[in-house]
Amino acid sequence: MEAYLDNAATTRVSDGVREIMERTMAVDFGNPSSKHRKGMEAERYLRDAAEQAAKSLRAEPKEIVFTSGGTEANNLALIGTALAMRRRGKHLIAAQFEHASVNSPLLFLEEMGFDIDFVPVDGQGHVCLSRLCSLVRPDTVLVSLMYVNNEIGAVQDIAALSAAVKKKNPGVLFHSDAVQAYGKYRIHPKKEGIDLLSVSGHKIHGPKGSGFLYIREGVRIRPILWGGGQQRGLRSGTENVPAIAGLGCAVREIYEEHESKISRMYGLKEHLIGRLAALPGVTVNAVSEPITGCAPHIVSASFEGVRSEVLLHALEERGVYVSSGSACSSNHPGISGSLRAIGLREDLLDSTLRFSFSVYTRENEIDYAALQLGELLPVLRRYTKR
Amino acid sequence: MYRAFLIKYAEIGLKGKNRYIFENALRDRVQAALDRIGRYHVVREQGRIFVECPEDSDYDETVEALQKVFGVSGICPVVVIDSMEWDDITGGVGAYVEEFYEEQNFTFKVEAKRASKQYPMTSPEICAEMGAYLLGRFPALRVDVHHPEVSIHVELRTKTYVYSKTIPGPCGMPVGTGGKAMLLLSGGIDSPVAGYMIAKRGVAVEATYFHAPPYTSERAKQKVVDLARIISDYTGPIRLHVVNFTDIQLSIYENCPHEELTIIMRRYMMRIAEHFAKKSDCLALVTGESIGQVASQTLQSLLATNAVCGLPVFRPLIGFDKQEIVTIAKKLKTFETSIEPYEDCCTIFVAKHPVTKPVLADIEKSEQLLAEKIDGLMETAIQTAELIRVG
Repeated sequence: MEAYLDNAATTRVSDGVREIMERTMAVDFGNPSSKHRKGMEAERYLRDAAEQAAKSLRAEPKEIVFTSGGTEANNLALIGTALAMRRRGKHLIAAQFEHASVNSPLLFLEEMGFDIDFVPVDGQGHVCLSRLCSLVRPDTVLVSLMYVNNEIGAVQDIAALSAAVKKKNPGVLFHSDAVQAYGKYRIHPKKEGIDLLSVSGHKIHGPKGSGFLYIREGVRIRPILWGGGQQRGLRSGTENVPAIAGLGCAVREIYEEHESKISRMYGLKEHLIGRLAALPGVTVNAVSEPITGCAPHIVSASFEGVRSEVLLHALEERGVYVSSGSACSSNHPGISGSLRAIGLREDLLDSTLRFSFSVYTRENEIDYAALQLGELLPVLRRYTKR
Repeated sequence: MYRAFLIKYAEIGLKGKNRYIFENALRDRVQAALDRIGRYHVVREQGRIFVECPEDSDYDETVEALQKVFGVSGICPVVVIDSMEWDDITGGVGAYVEEFYEEQNFTFKVEAKRASKQYPMTSPEICAEMGAYLLGRFPALRVDVHHPEVSIHVELRTKTYVYSKTIPGPCGMPVGTGGKAMLLLSGGIDSPVAGYMIAKRGVAVEATYFHAPPYTSERAKQKVVDLARIISDYTGPIRLHVVNFTDIQLSIYENCPHEELTIIMRRYMMRIAEHFAKKSDCLALVTGESIGQVASQTLQSLLATNAVCGLPVFRPLIGFDKQEIVTIAKKLKTFETSIEPYEDCCTIFVAKHPVTKPVLADIEKSEQLLAEKIDGLMETAIQTAELIRVG
């Protein structure tokens, strides 16, 4: 048996997505910029995808820019805004545990002479509103806060945070990295005070290398790629039609019967937490009461006396796939930033796994994983370093 | 403009009646190295090896490949003049001197050879006429037949070949002429370098790697395959035995004193490696150990590890400092891969204070604690080993 519980790393592409991608590669393969019919046909896929993406956010298609994924969307949002606003101010704020694709561009901007502040989070992974407000200055141009944290599943009250920031300085633009939130929540940027929002396709059963940035109408940012002027000059380069078409399909599918999908995931989450709680020496991190206060698809748990990487590989041998920290940072071993940020005990930092679900996850996968954990933990604990 | 290379070799020249074995081996190694990058023609003739390049060959790529063939002491780029007419030959050599020397003000001599004795000029005549021509064309040149700065070689066969420069090769002996040895390959910095060093002396290499899933990951194994792939540029194809060492390691951990874990573990690694070595007709084991680098590499530890082996154990890095090893690893381009941060089975279960001066008798006594069960575990480890062909 297999249990794929690493859906926050990536998800399986849906059949519908695969079909439309195949069609755009084999049949409707034109370049959307071509003036002939083949180009028109390809362009239609882009238009459809933009409409789907816009509809999901109750926004307009012209507010969507397709990118190569979440990383590019974040880079475009941060660097593009900083460049466009640099005469107004050079101060940017982000949360302490942002994803590397937010963190690294900010460090780059710091090198370029911008001023960056990181706002701390509490033990639940929530940004402290008063601390955030105290950081906002007259020259602050952008606040970027992750909607759902990728390692522990903490959810920010984005509407409240944005409102507070804008109350103190109405000129500030608000960006949210919603890579882990999109498809799990119905996000309404205009109502929540979000000016820029990053989305990735492969977390919602779309293809890797797809994503988009929502840019509220009226917000001016500079491009970070220059060339043929596609996508209103904001993102030059021939559009990746198969990826964009696949993304559009994934967007439509993920929001079909959305409420029932999400309540099912919360059911899975509660089930796993229950099974984990029954095992000795296991703590589940950053869960809120009620459970709907945190993301439906991510469970972070620490296993006393076991190194996460060893446990991960032992589970892998039995067909259970999970993540230590987050897959994106696992290439550079080191201790997870999010876990440290929520103040997790030092000895548990390297003993923590992330389990994450998708709409395809079944309860028997969770039971299977829990069963394997129950068998493996006592064995592995016998062989810890003495 | 270069269309051929002349390969020089040094040490092979010392060999007696079996010299041809070394020369043939070198020819084969050169051909194999070049087969990877194109259709080269390599021939052994009159006490040397000659490489003819295909039309589309790249000079740098060819030289780089040749510099990885042990036994090659020098690589001479050769210009080919498609003619046997004397005027074409002098003109061609003149053009060669013009193009490949920035200033034509050195001392030189011409060395000529003619393959066909039917050619109307003798070799000394060719030297003299060519020298005169060059002196006429480049007034700043001077002849010095005893200690010339540049020796211009002109060889007349069915075409004319000109060369004067020598790029150093890696030296050593052609791989395979010195038998075969089993390398204990880990993901670290040292063992790939040890494999390179032993191959340099003409020894073909097989390798054994020990992994300990789930304590070590698939990626750690991939890293070792990658390392074997890099050194196979020098050693030729490597048969890599991947042994699952987990149960043996856990058994040692459960039964033996913890400060002796590493020594006992290494003794079992040696035993298993030796098993594969004998099966593959290897005549020695090779490790990357260097005296005193870690607890298991003191003389006392090496003695204790060595005691289980019947085959000789060669440690080409024994007198090297870490920095010296790193320098070679960087040159080989194994360093970047070696420092990828995936744990190997030596780094888990390490005791806080491992014994640095083990007494052989004590270690042997500790191993008794493993009882008969260890034989079955060894057997399983050997039976389940995976063979990967690299390079």
